[in-house]
Amino acid sequence: MTYELAERYEDGNALAGPLAEIFAVDITSATGRCTACGTTGPVAALRVYVHAPGMVARCAECDHVVLRLVRGPDSAWLDLRGTVSLRFPLPPAAD
Amino acid sequence: MARAAVPGRLAERLRWRVARLVSFVDETEAARTLVFDVPGWPGHLAGQHVDVRLTAEDGYTAQRSYSVASAPAGSQVALTVQRVADGEVSPYLADVLEVGDQIELRGPVGGWFVWRPEDPAPVLLVAGGSGIVPLMAMLRVRRAAGSRVPFRLVYSIRTPRDRYYQPELRHDDPGVDVTYLYTRTAAPGGGRPVGRISAADLQSAGWPADFEPACYVCGPTGFVEAAADLLVSLGHDPSRIRTERFGPTGG
Repeated sequence: MTYELAERYEDGNALAGPLAEIFAVDITSATGRCTACGTTGPVAALRVYVHAPGMVARCAECDHVVLRLVRGPDSAWLDLRGTVSLRFPLPPAAD
Repeated sequence: MARAAVPGRLAERLRWRVARLVSFVDETEAARTLVFDVPGWPGHLAGQHVDVRLTAEDGYTAQRSYSVASAPAGSQVALTVQRVADGEVSPYLADVLEVGDQIELRGPVGGWFVWRPEDPAPVLLVAGGSGIVPLMAMLRVRRAAGSRVPFRLVYSIRTPRDRYYQPELRHDDPGVDVTYLYTRTAAPGGGRPVGRISAADLQSAGWPADFEPACYVCGPTGFVEAAADLLVSLGHDPSRIRTERFGPTGG
């Protein structure tokens, strides 16, 4: 059923664990910008489809693919082609 | 413990840890709270979650995310797992796992859907079904911190039998108001007719938008989107509304 397929997603919070293998800080708190529609928002608010091979994160506004992640046995493949930028909240820079 | 919240410490990078079940309690017919001992647990923030990994004898692995239900307490971590009928992971955790059994767990992860006791803004928690779990962690951290930040919880479930965390939620915490919304069968003597969450519910049981509360909404996708849209229609700033959806296939 098309309706069910369209609804089978989680949100960007589900990316926290898999991306914590790669990034030194939490990426779900970062603010991203979509290359297709220019919407900015937290990575946590993306729509994440986990039934593809790997994880596919789409813009909640326009459905454009913002980020894809495939974890293989000895490497991770991160495709950020739908992301203009990511802005990470950080504590003040240390000396 | 203090190292948990410091980002960027490579020595504390995420890794799988062995977690041993030390106790459990059934919340409802369909949900069980599991308390694990996780040696080396670095502590967590209210609202964070963990990844759980199960490995079969033939090497097949299945992985799921679960919100932490407990406030930080040494090496103990509580998860509440709702059984998904045809799920791979939840029936094992909720029915098969016995005290002393081990699983693998990594975390805590997620930094967006979290509440910190330092934030002075009033808090509105909106839970749909098992979406109560990370919100319960916020209530527990509030209590553990001795916080006086006012909280309101609006908790939508089908029937009174579907409520988690009774009697803990019935116990009066000063500064915490709890409102139940029943969608199928109401409690005897309840004034509100059964039905899905409405703007009127959030108006009477939530905070006025000009109080600028921090809003946390968690539940199934349809519930979260409906509740978040209602909050925006009542004038809440979308940037003050944080959501966490449960996938329909969480199993």
